[in-house]
Amino acid sequence: MLSKEIKYLIGKEILLELKQKYVINGILLYLVSTIFVTYLAFDRIIDTDTWNSLFWIILLFVGVNGISKSFIQESPARHLYYYTIASPQAILLSKVIYNLLLMTILSVFSFLLFLLLMGNLVINIPLFLIALVLGSLGLASTLTMVAAIASRASNNFSLMAILSFPIVLPFLATLMKVSKSALSEVQWTGNYSFIVILLTINLTVVILAYLLFPYLWTD
Amino acid sequence: MAEFLKNSWWKLLSGIFLLYAVIFGFIIPVPDIGNLYNTIRNLFFHVGMWFTMLILFLTSFLYSLKYLTGFNEKYDIRTVEAVNVALLFGTLGILTGMIWAKSTWGMYWVRDPKLDGAAVGIFIYLAYLVLRGSIEDTRKRAKVSAVYNIFAFVLLIVFLLILPRLQESVHPAGKGKGNPVLPMELDPMMRIVFYPAMIGWILLGCWIWQIKVKIHELKIKIESRENGIK
Repeated sequence: MLSKEIKYLIGKEILLELKQKYVINGILLYLVSTIFVTYLAFDRIIDTDTWNSLFWIILLFVGVNGISKSFIQESPARHLYYYTIASPQAILLSKVIYNLLLMTILSVFSFLLFLLLMGNLVINIPLFLIALVLGSLGLASTLTMVAAIASRASNNFSLMAILSFPIVLPFLATLMKVSKSALSEVQWTGNYSFIVILLTINLTVVILAYLLFPYLWTD
Repeated sequence: MAEFLKNSWWKLLSGIFLLYAVIFGFIIPVPDIGNLYNTIRNLFFHVGMWFTMLILFLTSFLYSLKYLTGFNEKYDIRTVEAVNVALLFGTLGILTGMIWAKSTWGMYWVRDPKLDGAAVGIFIYLAYLVLRGSIEDTRKRAKVSAVYNIFAFVLLIVFLLILPRLQESVHPAGKGKGNPVLPMELDPMMRIVFYPAMIGWILLGCWIWQIKVKIHELKIKIESRENGIK
């Protein structure tokens, strides 16, 4: 039952996105122009630390921008309609999965742009791709929950940033540790424990969001 | 008098313990460890403030959980006041820590997982207060902020366990170091001041919290009377 609801809701999200192309185009353009600005400012980056931090900071800002609309894009009346036909858990999980797709696309796209403009500094590409997927999942789940919280308050956008940054900051620090090692060495040893940590955080966030979201959904 | 002692013994105890800590904290002989010299006396103040903050954050988390089970406004008031008092103690803890850091590590702030964790905790609860400020409706404010509090607190605990794994710590009780405030590590002379001081700080925090909760409740009462709701 839940999985069927989620399937339909994700279909709805994708359909909505394809109908209002300007939203996804806006985010993509935001990503491209931000990376282009850093490209103009830095020319070519040869320092792995700078490459790494710029990449994740840009992705964090793109994520905040892209996901903050999750719960304010549609009218409250339509939310009321969803409330009558679907369970809150299905709504939340569908948004998380949809945002995961979005974040994965955005992160792969920005990785390609970085390769093109800044040059390739990644030595261990499989490990970096794992970091990308885990990072997308973590950002998508945390930011979706924070977007749900921020959507209940006024002055939504700055709230989104101040509520989410302290929560994702340690996650991002761990993630940058993994991706930095993908940038500097070939071997995998020492990264397994960090990958386990990232998976644990992701799981914790999803479970917490699953339990807490119903309180946000009902007034 | 008996009534007063029965209800307020812990407030008296807090006063006595803190007075004792301030006086004896500065006159007892302390061990000579590394480059700490006499700054080691800060242990009686800095650690106490930090413990009090953690206990008040935990209190606010528990009251948030309690709020979500029954939506009683009483619990929301307790939550927000616990956060307010915890932030006061957190700020004091950071200030005393910074003075200490300047004299032993040479800088007011150093790159360290313990300090990062502290800063993240403070940011989370400042954001909590901003979130509350941007919602008008009391019921909605209580509910949304309770959700954020629970979400953020659990993640904060997870991170406080993870952050120290990322780098070596210069702060005591870090990776591979013993915790200096445990009975077997602490100098016996300092022990007799340290533990009463800790209890004193925690009781003081609870006392301030209790007073702030009362003030908050009275304010709501006055407001509802002015609005004609009896």
